[in-house]
Amino acid sequence: MKRLLAADYARIFQLCHCWRADERGSRHLPEFTILEWYRSHCDYRALMSDCESLLRRLAPHEKISYQGQSIDLEPPFERLSVTEAFTRYTDTTARQALKDDRFDELIALSIEPHLGLARPTILYDYPAELAALARRKPGQPQLAERFELYIAGLELANAFSELTDPQEQRQRFNAEAKILADKTGQTVQLPEPFLDDLQQIPPAAGIALGIDRLVMLLTDAESIEQVVAFTPEEL
Amino acid sequence: MYSCSDLKKGLKILLDGEPHVIVAFDFTKPGKGQALYKCKLRNMLTGSLFDRTYRSGESFEPASLEERDMQFLYQDDSGYVFMDQKSYEQTILTEDVLGDDKYFLIDNMEVKVLLFGERGIGLTLPIFVTLRVTVSDPWVKGDTAAGNSKPATVETGYTLQVPSFVDEGTLIQIDTRTGEYVTRVKE
Repeated sequence: MKRLLAADYARIFQLCHCWRADERGSRHLPEFTILEWYRSHCDYRALMSDCESLLRRLAPHEKISYQGQSIDLEPPFERLSVTEAFTRYTDTTARQALKDDRFDELIALSIEPHLGLARPTILYDYPAELAALARRKPGQPQLAERFELYIAGLELANAFSELTDPQEQRQRFNAEAKILADKTGQTVQLPEPFLDDLQQIPPAAGIALGIDRLVMLLTDAESIEQVVAFTPEEL
Repeated sequence: MYSCSDLKKGLKILLDGEPHVIVAFDFTKPGKGQALYKCKLRNMLTGSLFDRTYRSGESFEPASLEERDMQFLYQDDSGYVFMDQKSYEQTILTEDVLGDDKYFLIDNMEVKVLLFGERGIGLTLPIFVTLRVTVSDPWVKGDTAAGNSKPATVETGYTLQVPSFVDEGTLIQIDTRTGEYVTRVKE
């Protein structure tokens, strides 16, 4: 998709299947459907507005009910920074949690259950380490312009202002490759054609939204297997 | 050893040296981050229920449990004594382990005993057991408040609701899974 942006396609989307080995739970399938869209010449804030319009348009009413919880989809959605979320719902900071290797655990167990209950929540500005493909926030380089959309505790979409600086992208790929090599001994080739194309890419933002979870939300389905024809166990 | 990807409902693992069964399981992965495996576990010795979250990379020792065909011999101060029908070895189950199942044991009854090592930790009874009613007051005509049922106590001391036509001395069949009356048995 980024290569298409580099080729000057300004507003692009795809609806596609995605695979993640060994991921299976009440909200996870190893094969799932996502809607991705990208916009050039704007940042993640434009995608926040897109999410608000899309949800409001798809829902039959202003208010929907999910698993007994009433949710008001009228824009604007709540905006909550990751820093603020840690202050509000945990006894540590995002920075410290990252250092203690507890970031994901706290997000999943202590923060997520509170998000998007009365109205949708946009959780934004993640530590830069957790967004390898996102642009750093101007003036706050320790943060990346990334957000996640939560409704009724369901993580629905992941978005960011795209990193379009080929030099920085190369550095981050190298840093990630080193971590992977240290952890697993695997070596990875850097995606050179992609890095080449980044030279021509305009500023842009992109998002991936989970279609299965969107259907769960709009049909009040408790578990992801209720919204697909077959689960992996039935194939 | 099991890894996190083996975790699922019904899996039996060893924690702190005691067997636990996973009674509920969910996988979650926040925003492309680290995978988390949420388990609700039941300690198979104490019955206590608790939640535990594991992270990818952790490993688990399987709990080695075995079910053997045994015969109920008798009850004494030490507990309820069963005999392995192949090896003739005896195993004792305590009253705590048996719970209400103790009311459905009849001498020489064939059951399955769940063993953790040498220790008996559970019992599977036949689905239906036949017991004699020892105490049951005659049904009072016009007592519609209780419907058509009345309490009855059987020879093992267990009390249950039976239809009004069941008299003292009658043999009845009980479903050991629910502890409820099934039918009268003709002698």
